[in-house]
Amino acid sequence: MSLSGKAAITGIGETDYVRGSTKSAFRLQVEASLKAIEDAGLTPKDIDGIIPIGITGAPAEEFVTNFGIGDLRYSAVTPLGGASGIAAVQSAAAAIAAGICNHVLIPSGRNVSAGARAGVRIHQMPQFHLVTEYEYPLGAIAPAQLYAPMARRHMELYGTRSRQFAEVAVAMREHAILHGNAVMKKPITIEDHQSSRMIADPFRLLDCSLESDGGAALVVSAAERAGDMRQAKVVVAGIAEGHPDSPSSITQRAEMTRLGIAKAAPRAFAMAGVTPADIQVAEIYDCFTYIVICQLEDMGFCGKGEGGAFVENGRLKLGGALPTNTHGGLLSQAHMLGMNHIVELVRQLRGQGGATQVEGARLGLATGYGDLGDGAIAIMQRV
Amino acid sequence: MSTSEKPRPHETEESRPYWRGAERGALMIQRCAHCGKLRHYPRLVCDNCHSLESDWVEASRRGTLHSWTVAHHAFHPGFAQDVPYVLATIDLEEGVRALGILDAPADGKLAPGAAVTGRFERRGDGVSVLHFFLARQGPRLVKGDDQC
Ligand SMILES: [Zn+2]
Repeated sequence: MSLSGKAAITGIGETDYVRGSTKSAFRLQVEASLKAIEDAGLTPKDIDGIIPIGITGAPAEEFVTNFGIGDLRYSAVTPLGGASGIAAVQSAAAAIAAGICNHVLIPSGRNVSAGARAGVRIHQMPQFHLVTEYEYPLGAIAPAQLYAPMARRHMELYGTRSRQFAEVAVAMREHAILHGNAVMKKPITIEDHQSSRMIADPFRLLDCSLESDGGAALVVSAAERAGDMRQAKVVVAGIAEGHPDSPSSITQRAEMTRLGIAKAAPRAFAMAGVTPADIQVAEIYDCFTYIVICQLEDMGFCGKGEGGAFVENGRLKLGGALPTNTHGGLLSQAHMLGMNHIVELVRQLRGQGGATQVEGARLGLATGYGDLGDGAIAIMQRV
Repeated sequence: MSTSEKPRPHETEESRPYWRGAERGALMIQRCAHCGKLRHYPRLVCDNCHSLESDWVEASRRGTLHSWTVAHHAFHPGFAQDVPYVLATIDLEEGVRALGILDAPADGKLAPGAAVTGRFERRGDGVSVLHFFLARQGPRLVKGDDQC
């Protein structure tokens, strides 16, 4: 049985994305969830499956208690870091297709201003225990430092340049400013990127995503019910997760320029029956500029080593051949663990994209990337 | 001074031989006692034959540069005095990789394939960590334009 077309994203919700929110992470999750449930035309008591996202995600029980859910039939966690959201959609689609439940809520939200910054928690996470033991004591502390050698290797092997990373950063910023609900509001140029301070060579400040506060949520329902619901029908046409070789240590990975999504993408495209050339809009996980370039290669939009040239000449900008991160992404909208990428994709395919709407977009994809290379991809279609 | 302590390894049953070796300057690599496959970092099971039995061999500490990063921002107060420092991923002669601090100028020209030699250095807090030194300029794999 293929999951293709079995599930639809029937509700999306997100809060304003800010820095210094006074709201708790759980409140941000609840606000986004209530919006998503209303967007779907449901009430909170209709939810019968919950998959909380991220280490700041409140457990399903909190939602059951607060929403008065009488019969939760399905709960799960998908611990893939920034790929967790799409892995959760896959899990929800599978549970729905199997008849276990009807409407799965996928809530996320974080308040990093109140504590949980990405860079200081790696050593507390069990999936990073080898890094914690052998690399953290050497001064490999933050994701920027762990991922930088992947980018450096790519630059040395393929001649990829920092100015090409800048192309990604500039496109994301332009989209964020047009979109409106974004933390970063000031335009940047290639030269601004090139003169931003070095963090972990080759990553400069403007190669790195934001720490920000907010909430984002989805409701996933059976596709056959979605036609009777409030919004235009956006189905999951192809979806897969992939885990890289040596998932616990990038240092030990034979080919460190290849991510888990390289395994997932062929499965997702085959499930959907489409190719990269068919994709009209892409929301690509962008914790660092380089990670976008690497995923474009791993998904087959171009060959390995060609990603730097691929992103030149505004290809990722609105009006380019592959409009990407029409919300500004993690680099310029907000770091919402990639949940904001899924929300934005659905909005685009419904035609609700506002100032960053890709004209006539009917088929698009979102990706996630997390921990030390886990990947996930969802190809969605307006039907 | 209390805020600038570096993180220390959290030794486990599996990693203890590595850190005991480090104290005496030996780079110890775990080896499957059944099929002989070397594995680094140490772990419970051989991914080749799934044996739980293992022993240890001392590595040459010679290798070549696979990739690197130069840390300019200190994400931990213990490294505030050290930036910029180079973290290098090394292909060891034995066929496994190691991460170490590369004692080379942070603004120097590095290239994959450069030959390196490793040595454990004891920090002020008594922890011995792996450092590498450029042996000689190795061949460049591919000419890359990384001027910007
Ligand atoms: Zn073995």
